[in-house]
Amino acid sequence: MRKKFTIVLKNEYRDSVFLMRINDLVEKAEGVTRAAVMMGTEANKDLMKEAGLYTEEAKEAGPNDLIIVVEAENEEQARNALDYAKSLVYKTEKEEKKTEQNYLSIRSAVSFEPDIDLVLISTPGEYAYREAMRALLLNKHVMVFSSNVPLEKEKALKNYAKNKNLLVMGPDAGTAIIGSVGLGFFNVVNEGPVGVVGAAGTGIQVVTSLLDLAGSGITAAIGTGSNDVKDAIGGITLKTGIRMLSSHQKTKVITVISKPPSEKIVNETVELLTEVGKPAVMNFIGYKGKDISDSLKFADTLEDAARISYSFINKNDFRLPEWTSEKEVNEARDKLAKNQVYIRGLFSGGTICYETQYLMSKEGIKAYSNAPLDKEYEIGGFDESKKDTVLDMGAEEFVRGVPHPMIDFRFRKERLLKEVKDNEVAVILFDIVLGYGANMNPAAEMIEAIKKARSVNKRVSFVASVIGTEKDPQGLNSQVEELKKEGVLVYPSSTRATQVALKIAKR
Amino acid sequence: MTGMSYIFNKKIKVLNVGLDSFYQDLIKEGAEALKVDWKPPGGGVPRLLKVLEALETEETEEANRKAVEAFTSADPVLVDIKLAKEVIPEIDNKKFGHAGPPISWDRMSGPLKGAVIGAAIYEGLAKDEKEVEKLVSSGELNFVPNHDVSAVGPMAGVISPNMPVFVVKNAAGNNVAYTNFNEGVGKVLRYGAYSKEVIDRLNWMRDSLFPILKEALKAHGPLPLRPIMSQALQMGDELHTRNNASTLLFLGELGPYMQVNGFSKSEVSKSYGFIAKNQLFFLNLAMAAGKVMMDAASNIKNSTLVTVMSRNGTDFGIKVSGLGKEWFTGPAPVPKTLFFPGFKEGDANPDIGDSAIMETNGFGAFASAASPAVAQVTGASVSEALRITRLMYEITMIKDKSFPIPYMNFEGVPRGIDLRLVLDTNIAPYINTGVAHREAGMGTVGFGIAQAPIICFTKAIERYGTLIGAL
Repeated sequence: MRKKFTIVLKNEYRDSVFLMRINDLVEKAEGVTRAAVMMGTEANKDLMKEAGLYTEEAKEAGPNDLIIVVEAENEEQARNALDYAKSLVYKTEKEEKKTEQNYLSIRSAVSFEPDIDLVLISTPGEYAYREAMRALLLNKHVMVFSSNVPLEKEKALKNYAKNKNLLVMGPDAGTAIIGSVGLGFFNVVNEGPVGVVGAAGTGIQVVTSLLDLAGSGITAAIGTGSNDVKDAIGGITLKTGIRMLSSHQKTKVITVISKPPSEKIVNETVELLTEVGKPAVMNFIGYKGKDISDSLKFADTLEDAARISYSFINKNDFRLPEWTSEKEVNEARDKLAKNQVYIRGLFSGGTICYETQYLMSKEGIKAYSNAPLDKEYEIGGFDESKKDTVLDMGAEEFVRGVPHPMIDFRFRKERLLKEVKDNEVAVILFDIVLGYGANMNPAAEMIEAIKKARSVNKRVSFVASVIGTEKDPQGLNSQVEELKKEGVLVYPSSTRATQVALKIAKR
Repeated sequence: MTGMSYIFNKKIKVLNVGLDSFYQDLIKEGAEALKVDWKPPGGGVPRLLKVLEALETEETEEANRKAVEAFTSADPVLVDIKLAKEVIPEIDNKKFGHAGPPISWDRMSGPLKGAVIGAAIYEGLAKDEKEVEKLVSSGELNFVPNHDVSAVGPMAGVISPNMPVFVVKNAAGNNVAYTNFNEGVGKVLRYGAYSKEVIDRLNWMRDSLFPILKEALKAHGPLPLRPIMSQALQMGDELHTRNNASTLLFLGELGPYMQVNGFSKSEVSKSYGFIAKNQLFFLNLAMAAGKVMMDAASNIKNSTLVTVMSRNGTDFGIKVSGLGKEWFTGPAPVPKTLFFPGFKEGDANPDIGDSAIMETNGFGAFASAASPAVAQVTGASVSEALRITRLMYEITMIKDKSFPIPYMNFEGVPRGIDLRLVLDTNIAPYINTGVAHREAGMGTVGFGIAQAPIICFTKAIERYGTLIGAL
């Protein structure tokens, strides 16, 4: 038969909520049918009466006494339950390990950390506008790495930011260095006098790395996003960037990098840079404008952009490391069979792919591409190559559900093996981009494919540009060494690599 | 634009939203970086995203700033105590106020029905349940949500014409709120009990407690409620399920003036003791203060501030500042309950009461961290209380430093629920609550914690969508 057992803890006040919890635990103890753990107030005694748990001992208790009543199957279980209840009354919670709680939205983050300067957004494109707008509403600069943001939304963001004196880099901005902090895909470069603003992400990586290798450096690199220079946007961020660099004391030279925009944007850029007055280079890749003055010049290649920027401040020559000798180039060329005349370019950098086509067209060679200069030469990214073909492997068709080719080499390796089976191919030209965001050992990735390729085609040449600095996490020199060991002709500039590829194939 | 170049000269602090590898890289390169645990907003529903996107504007920001200014500067002061019929014209012998969104008799839960029956008996309109049903079916007795007539009441919240009500005025504006007296716990009207002891207590409250408190208040003068709430918060109350400190602070103010003419020592002593022993006595006043503060911020065009959360035991309803008088409702959840001895799972009624006005104001569950004792309700530790308060910062507009939480380095309570943020994060507001028995006449079964149903917020955002032409 069930029996009720009671203990009363004299003058032991506990909050009712605290006791209810103990009550709950005690009721779940073995053999216990019901329990009451309460202070002995009149109201509580009424509750106990109704529950049929009001005992003689409980009756004696006063409002400051803690009553524990247990109804159990047998005495032993009741005693155990009473001890258990008592132990719970005196138990102190051990300090739990504090788990870090991350912020769930930009709002709470900014509310707790008001000194955030910039918000870096890389959500899927359809969500990026709202996140960016929110950051701007909270007075934060923004970089939107995400792509696939509609142009009208990009424009809305940029117009709003302009009125609030905020910077919006992107959407589709892959590279920036602001306040010595790199964002997205970037190389670790020295500080120096050149301020870079560009719509071409890899272009910025090439130029900033070359400046570093030549012994100079940058104040900042502003990535505007690839669509900024389109007429629909009108270069809003490009212009904001130029103005910011113009009012920035340490910036002595301004370097603009972009694929060629419309004549309107070119003219507006010239106008603005003229007004600003600092020495400046406009590198609208492949655009050969007439220099405006001794201090406002055009550069048609990435290397030229770096060289001219450099020469505005430095009296000595612009020198880049020479990793490959003339002799090695000649040997590679002489090795080719007569019918090996075509270049196949496999690029992770869109700007580099573009520049390569431009340099080839300068030699009268039209290359097929999935991102062609001339629409007539368009082929699909997964189509078979024709004659001279250069592919932008960072284009949309290659990155659906697959990481960018600077990170994931699967398509480039596959494609390389396919290309060398074509016995009319003379040169496989590719880029390796180091730095943050990129694969940690890209040389090893390409070497794996090159080794296999050699067994298929012993004569074909491999020419590569390696973009980066020794300060990058991968280390420039070791990457170059690895590639050289495998017989790859290696250059620090994409411009040079293409020029060498042309020299070999179009001998 | 000049002036912006400052960011080139400092090591910038970056907030990463999206790919975690970028955050890892920022840390690796030695930058000062933070991250958002990003998830698609609105649970990834494109329709909701559309509205959320359209509400991310300067107009919304401005409207919300105005709303915040309104509720933070509101100054609720207890100015008088009257009978409901004297100050709430909508409430009379044919119409009672009740908690939560509008509801018809046939959909009312047990405790609300019980409270209506008790109030009708108290008013002398009926003798039992049958007579009340007759009154209702013949259209002789109707109902109005308290919130629609500037009133609030905990649990069933039934306010009938001859119940005394506190009159709380906004000294910094001109709105007023009313609330009934708290009866304690156990067999009480607001939990649906209507036995003789319940009616007797109500009669005594009207005949003795009411005039004594009214005279005491007159002698004391208008009583500002904010200072009591702020102090109590620092004394371990979260001002919803725990009002121990606030009740005593209130009594400290009026107690010295309670020895009024026409009442014997023992009558005064009974009133004094009644308040002193009812640890929830101040709850109703805190609620009226909350109502005053949120009403001050209501009807602001474009504002996404949630001004009301309330339940009638069947439905949960919210109102939004920029959406006027409309209620957005969903099914009321059954709270996770810690039961009084003698009650068990299955006895609990779905959530009920206007008292969620406390959470709407940043108290109750929102201020869990201020009230470790109440944390036990959740069946968890003090760190769980901290977690809940931290989570509530994610869905609110401000940290109100005038209501500091000692344990969080005197950080302000999370105040001002932003409709956008609830849908953005998919985090529903937490609510500490008393729990009623699901059958009429039974009373209190325990205390618990509930979460507002997201559907109310979804409905409200959709209304916003049609209002601004985004849907």
